[in-house]
Amino acid sequence: MTQPAIRIGFNRHGVWAIYRFEMARALRTLVQSLITPVITTSLYFVVFGAAIGSRLSTASGVSYGAFIVPGLIMLALFTESLSNASFGIYFPKWTGTIYELLSAPVSYIEIVIAYVGAAASKSVALGLIILATASLFVPIRILHPVWMVAFLLMTAANFSLFGFIIGIWAKSFEHLSFIPMLVITPLTFLGGAFYSIDMLPPAWRTFSLFNPIVYLISGFRWSFYGASDVRVGTSLLMTLGFFAVCLALVAWIFKTGYRLKN
Amino acid sequence: MPAVISINEVSKSYATGFEALKRVDLAIEKGEIFALLGPNGAGKTTLINIVCGIVTASSGTVTAGGHDIVREYRAARSLIGLVPQELSTDAFETVWATVSFSRGLFGRPPDAKFIEGLLQDLSLLDKRDSKIMTLSGGMKRRVMIAKALSHEPQILFLDEPTAGVDVELRRDMWKLVRGLREKGVTIILTTHYIEEAEEMADRIGVINKGTLMLVEDKKELMKKLGKRQVTLHLQTPLQQIPQQLQSWALELKSEGMDLVYTVDGTDSVDISMLLKRLSELSIIIKDLQTQQSSLEDIFVNLVSERT
Repeated sequence: MTQPAIRIGFNRHGVWAIYRFEMARALRTLVQSLITPVITTSLYFVVFGAAIGSRLSTASGVSYGAFIVPGLIMLALFTESLSNASFGIYFPKWTGTIYELLSAPVSYIEIVIAYVGAAASKSVALGLIILATASLFVPIRILHPVWMVAFLLMTAANFSLFGFIIGIWAKSFEHLSFIPMLVITPLTFLGGAFYSIDMLPPAWRTFSLFNPIVYLISGFRWSFYGASDVRVGTSLLMTLGFFAVCLALVAWIFKTGYRLKN
Repeated sequence: MPAVISINEVSKSYATGFEALKRVDLAIEKGEIFALLGPNGAGKTTLINIVCGIVTASSGTVTAGGHDIVREYRAARSLIGLVPQELSTDAFETVWATVSFSRGLFGRPPDAKFIEGLLQDLSLLDKRDSKIMTLSGGMKRRVMIAKALSHEPQILFLDEPTAGVDVELRRDMWKLVRGLREKGVTIILTTHYIEEAEEMADRIGVINKGTLMLVEDKKELMKKLGKRQVTLHLQTPLQQIPQQLQSWALELKSEGMDLVYTVDGTDSVDISMLLKRLSELSIIIKDLQTQQSSLEDIFVNLVSERT
């Protein structure tokens, strides 16, 4: 009943096992995973789109309700990717079941692909659901669907990877929500999710350009309506740059065993 | 016998300066049951965790099945199953899902029939669809063994397999381990229950304060270090040991009522000669009792002598 050593180059069974495990976790908590963000998004529409938005001048030729859709999807993408990915790797650390992952014949790259892939899949699915929900409230055009999907995928992968790093860094459940609450949510609200940064006074506008979130939201909104706060190429570069930084961090974590191994 | 695990000069020290292992050399032979014996904090778990990839050694090398555990970690780890000491399990997964997960994680394609047989062997089949959190501690321990065996490993590490386990499960565990050995699985277990090592192991290693103090065939160890004692209960007390009996290692105990004859592990016993001489001296024996020192006595002696 014993098996010989495996000498394969890629442990696809291992990646698939982790991916499926993570997806099963979301399915078990389907209500929290999907219904909650949909309700939250609908509330944003009621408050910003209908109640306040009707009194605002339209930005870039679309109604305010439609204008905030890309920002809302991005907001959901950020928070869900972060919480999913960080929880996914933190939980086995907390319960102690991480021993199995550390003793398994899976490479670091495979671990990252599985965890980040699962978290990103979930947030992409969620983004699409929010898009569908939004289309019930306001008419939505998508000028560049390929770029829209590309920004969606890249952002989901980016923030899932970032979440994975937070999950490894975290030593308590408080740590898990620390960065999302204290850094990401403020940056998102100040990053043009609900307004164009062109609407800001010049000083604030310049200040906003230091906020990386601005570039992500602007690029994504451009794929919908063709108008952006910053050049699309810059958005793309920022997205890829952020991804490169996260990848470098993960590589360092696994190389040193930081908070994973003694 | 070829070594299936070879540990060469492995040391581990932590940032605090604590030395958990000091240049440990050990070769585990294919198909044997090896017991690593030592008090709490001796370094047993650290050694296992290094071989399994959970802890990084400060220096030294380890190979499993001929594969270096760092450079060829994939091949090495695919041969090894680990049942850790702590009961760490997922709570919300079913038994079936968690065991299937482990098999996949270790790179093996799904095999429902094999998993079914494994759960059967561990008396877990009727719990296959139960969530792990609903199981008792003993059942969780079985689940962890099933996870470790799910990828059909050649080498199985059992870290304190019977700590806090009831008698029934302990017997099942021993049965399982013997069954695995018959199938060619090499088993390394740590324990601080001497009884367990004595019952199960082919060879025994004693570790204390990070140093591997000895490695010996169990029977050899018992023979070499074990003492046998023959206690003769006398009809009437003796004041002192008669001159004629000086050539035997005798002691008087219980106020002269007991004559205790101690035989070292390597000596042959010439009890019939002694009895003959006693009857010649008209010393009447009421009862006779023999006693063999257990591994526990050996172990206590060893640990207290060398520290």
